[in-house]
Amino acid sequence: MRRPREGSGRRRELMALPMSLYAALFVGVSLLYVIGLSLFTRGDGFAAQPPLTMGNYGRIASPLYLRSLLQSLRLAFWTALLCLGIGYPFAYFMAKSRPRARTWMMMLLIVPFWTNALIRIYGWKILLSASGPVNAALQFLGLVQRPLKLLYTDGAVLVGMVYAMIPFMVLPVYSNVERMDWSMVEASRDLGASPLSAFLTVTVPMTLPGILAGLVLTFIPSIGLFFLSDLLGGSNTMLWGNMVHNELLKSRDLPFAAALSVVLLALTGLVILLYRRAGGKTENMVF
Amino acid sequence: MAERPVLLSLRGLHKSFDTQEALNGLDLDVYQGEFLTLLGPSGCGKTTTLRIIAGLEQPTSGRVLLDGQDITALAPEKRAVNTVFQNYALFPHMNVARNVAYGLRMRGAPKSEISARVDEMLELVQLTGYEKRMPGQLSGGQRQRVAIARSLILSPRLLLLDEPLGALDLQLRRQMQQELKRMQQKLGITFIYITHDQEEAMSMSDRIALMRLGRFVQIDAPRDLYERPQTAFAASFIGETNLISGRAEAVKEGEVLLQVAGFSLPCVSRDWIVPGEALLLCVRAERLHLSHEPVPAPCRVAGEIVESHYAGGERTTVVRLPDGQVLRARHTTEGESEPLPGSRVYCWWHPDSGVLVRDDREETP
Repeated sequence: MRRPREGSGRRRELMALPMSLYAALFVGVSLLYVIGLSLFTRGDGFAAQPPLTMGNYGRIASPLYLRSLLQSLRLAFWTALLCLGIGYPFAYFMAKSRPRARTWMMMLLIVPFWTNALIRIYGWKILLSASGPVNAALQFLGLVQRPLKLLYTDGAVLVGMVYAMIPFMVLPVYSNVERMDWSMVEASRDLGASPLSAFLTVTVPMTLPGILAGLVLTFIPSIGLFFLSDLLGGSNTMLWGNMVHNELLKSRDLPFAAALSVVLLALTGLVILLYRRAGGKTENMVF
Repeated sequence: MAERPVLLSLRGLHKSFDTQEALNGLDLDVYQGEFLTLLGPSGCGKTTTLRIIAGLEQPTSGRVLLDGQDITALAPEKRAVNTVFQNYALFPHMNVARNVAYGLRMRGAPKSEISARVDEMLELVQLTGYEKRMPGQLSGGQRQRVAIARSLILSPRLLLLDEPLGALDLQLRRQMQQELKRMQQKLGITFIYITHDQEEAMSMSDRIALMRLGRFVQIDAPRDLYERPQTAFAASFIGETNLISGRAEAVKEGEVLLQVAGFSLPCVSRDWIVPGEALLLCVRAERLHLSHEPVPAPCRVAGEIVESHYAGGERTTVVRLPDGQVLRARHTTEGESEPLPGSRVYCWWHPDSGVLVRDDREETP
């Protein structure tokens, strides 16, 4: 038996102090800075100046930006859904494999992420290009006569997004499936459920926390990613992340870029709020 | 019992996990309406046997017959057998009513029938009014009842119960034992029940199948198992037992003279006994009587009191025989004179209370 130590609460607070300071400084302050910035007027060059205005937000409420927002949300939605479709079975079989196979599958998932994301996206560019392996294989099999236009399409962006986001689906689902009490599934089979109904009525509901966490963790970053659509997308793929990127680095409109970012932040907050409302716990997003 | 029809048969059941032999050739007939208990130390193969009957595990070889039909390869959902799991395995995301209804829903029963049967089952286990509770909000005993109701709603031919009372405290355990027995008799469903609690097995079962190292040691009614154990393991697993080792002398019709430390003890013979062989005689501690005077009993040895432990209504006295063997006698403290260590004492028992058993203590798989 461990005895509770005198003043352990205060001690713990003290231990967490550096982390709290770090978060306050680098997350809290910079967030406030961005929110503040979004209320200023564009200055000369790369600067912001008074007077304070809500005009930046007014500008966002135009068809151009709404279309981009919808496009981003649609892409993020499909990314999250495809990640679920591919990631859930992967996580499921990984959790049910023997330890050795499990280690290998985990490596398959993690090791690619040790290389630079841009390099991996260039890999996709090569794969999907007109003379790339995918088209070569399709032609070899006689499925197509002429090379398909795979690169610079919304489909290519989606493939890249799913590829980039899949670990964030696999890991929370995996940690859920791995902790599953399989006697529940046995009980359902014993009570007359086929393997499929047992999966649908017991396994899925019991791993729902992992599914929800995975959906949020793949959906949120997908709205904001910009380099994927820059490299793989066509000229009319303008996602929200691209908008922020353009305003900041091309138009050099600091306050407006900040306003766009605030909208993205608000959207993220909303998704997390919905997640919490659905009974999701923040702990499930940590693995 | 024998005139009842056989419901379940196990034929030469073997099961090995990797190189480990879990079941080593089980043969068993379970009769309709019977309460059969699988009793044995942990790791003896009780749960594996139950899981094979439920279809959750496949035997390496051997067959399982239900009503004479081979169900060895049948999926668990296709067997008229249901299980009450050791940890209850209630679905945590469903309330009590939905847990109980699960089996009927999987069968696609009409809604009206489901709700009527759920009410009926909850009444049977005395949980009416708990329909909307979640499993997490129930006590251990209540969860246990839900698990039983959930299995019984399908009216199985055979109900398997894997240490269903293991997690409950003693008082609740005693109460649930009686309730389970009452339910079993009322519904007339065959029960195969796992426990490692010998008292529970004794008080509830029609027959007990005593298991050890993946084999049945003895399958008998509780009284026969206690009074006529076949082997030293069976004798010592249940109750407090003295195993007196000696040598069989004269074997004549129905009687053996056992030589123990210079005493010649008449014992009821068993057909496997060979003269000159080393034998074990099982005498229950409470059937071993002590006396300071030489009692005129045919089965009598003399020894020296080593120690004596007072335990309220009973006392256990340890006696050492001249050859060093130690016997334990349990006797009432009513009107006793306290046994003094070092004093000479006679131990005697009724010839029928001594049972010759095979020595299987050294056996390994």
